Amino acid sequence: MTDARERVALFGGVYANLDALTAVLDDIGARGIPRAWCLGDVGGFGPDPEECATQLRECRVPTVQGNYDHSIGHRLADCDCGYTDADDRHFAQASYEFTDAQVSEASREWLRALPVELHFMFAGRRVLLCHGSPRRQNEFLWDSGCSDAFLERLCDRAETDVLACSHTGLHWRRALPSGRHVVNAGAIGRPAHDGRPGAWYAELCAERGAFDATFHHVAYDPEPLAQRMRAAELPAEFIETVRTGWWTTCFGNMPVRERLRADDARRTPSAVR
Amino acid sequence: MPHEMTRQNLSPAPGAGFGAGLTNAADAPEPPSPGTASGAVPVAFTASGATSPVPVAGQPARAVTRAAIAPVQGPRPSGPADSYGGVPSQPLLELDALWIQVAGTLCNLACTHCFVSCGPDQERHAMMSRSEVAHRVAEALAVGVREFYLTGGEPFLNPELEAIVEDTLALAPVTVLTNGTLFTERRVLWLAALTRTARHSLELRVSLDAPDQAGHDAFRGPGTWARTMAGLRALEAEGLAPIVTFTRAPGADEATLVAAAVAALRAEGLTGARLKLLPMFALGRELTRLGEPREPRSLSGLPADAFDPERLQCGRSRAVTSQGVYVCPLLVDEPGGRMGDTLAQASRPFALVHDACVTCWATGMSCAND
Repeated sequence: MTDARERVALFGGVYANLDALTAVLDDIGARGIPRAWCLGDVGGFGPDPEECATQLRECRVPTVQGNYDHSIGHRLADCDCGYTDADDRHFAQASYEFTDAQVSEASREWLRALPVELHFMFAGRRVLLCHGSPRRQNEFLWDSGCSDAFLERLCDRAETDVLACSHTGLHWRRALPSGRHVVNAGAIGRPAHDGRPGAWYAELCAERGAFDATFHHVAYDPEPLAQRMRAAELPAEFIETVRTGWWTTCFGNMPVRERLRADDARRTPSAVR
Repeated sequence: MPHEMTRQNLSPAPGAGFGAGLTNAADAPEPPSPGTASGAVPVAFTASGATSPVPVAGQPARAVTRAAIAPVQGPRPSGPADSYGGVPSQPLLELDALWIQVAGTLCNLACTHCFVSCGPDQERHAMMSRSEVAHRVAEALAVGVREFYLTGGEPFLNPELEAIVEDTLALAPVTVLTNGTLFTERRVLWLAALTRTARHSLELRVSLDAPDQAGHDAFRGPGTWARTMAGLRALEAEGLAPIVTFTRAPGADEATLVAAAVAALRAEGLTGARLKLLPMFALGRELTRLGEPREPRSLSGLPADAFDPERLQCGRSRAVTSQGVYVCPLLVDEPGGRMGDTLAQASRPFALVHDACVTCWATGMSCAND
């Protein structure tokens, strides 16, 4: 590639979905993006936690620790996802126990040792990678749930120009009044509640000082994944999500703004794309 | 177990900014009444944070979670108490949420358990004007507030509420806490349109007090259940998904209440609501409803090393009324609850001397949406 631009890829929430991870890594390579980072939560939801942990290590993708990785790494009783709804907690526990039973000791050790933050310079900007927020690993930063003032404060405290996070499962970005940026890379292991089976990840791009963040959608055949999920006896609700692109569980914390956008799009399918 | 990242956040950020240069509670212009604490009954604390009549000398071993608190291991310390009876002080770590009592204490209902004794004739805290609210919003944004909660009384009694919501929502997420009895068709359409077009989330919180009409109306007055259900149905018809809060009586089982609440809402044709449970507070009119005088409880039995500054909402929020800045939306009528005229004045630590502080600590509750 003779690309003069600086480019990096960021993806979050692998959620034990090897097909999504493979498709995203292939897409990053095909686009010629030279470097990639993972924003944590390697396990949960899907059928392949051990395979995903192994793949990330083999591909040498620097990974920050998500709350899931912290919990599995330390053998905690639950994923500490921060769900407040009883049904959400029920489904979260089912997938947590599956992941907990599948991971090898080597992977558990790797998850335990993952850093909670990573920092690098990108086109003269300080970039901070974390899972939830710089102050709490399982804090939900939803687009509609954060004032500019709050995001500016997080950037101030963390001394960063670009704050990249995940945890919500929905991707978004915001250019702040100060010129700093917040990029939520979303999750690749579960579709973005938009009726599009597949995975979303983020690309940071800089050319001649201009910074931009964009998102890429990667489609993959959800049927082999669905079959493995069935074989693993994971909840039917999870399987429905990978096949339809709509969430069925674990969105009790989603603000009404994001919820309505999805509900409205679902009622008028032509508006989805 | 406190996580490494959390631990870092316990110390206030160096330099200037909100919460910096905290004054000692003893220097506070309006210290809480020491009498409140000295006459209070200490309670014992278990690993789950639940109160117990006697100290619990150890809990069964189990996996540690971040929320766990060390159990009390014997009698409470008898060392020198500070001037507030040895209760812990809660520092303001950061200002994430500002509660704005836009309706003051004015309400169209006069619920028998209201912790701020609101009602049609209650004007102890006056309604706030649009410009007064805008001033408070700007003051909080200057220190990086994340979101605002509009409360009362009943916020929809404020004739400027729609302008207040629109002004505020342009700058930050907003939650309006309502009894759900004043949703006219026009207002529901306004809410539905604004919720869809605003940049930030506009959440509605509707309060219920029992998963049935008789239980609810006993607190709120005849006909209120039916009116609130009609309001919830009107919201749901427009695709809105309010957060429905249920008060949870002391000792009531959480799972049982949630199941009954879901069933009751379904029976009313409501499927989209999100649920939140709130404890009841021995404050305001609730004290009258409870009848016999009760001794206030105190956190003075809490060992210093068991105090988790991340547990209480007053570590990250404040409340304002027309009368000034308060530690939280619960203590706006209590001695010492008022912390000053400005948010900067109210950024000092708060001595947890109130019975309500024990309820918050024991239940781990937060008035916030999550």
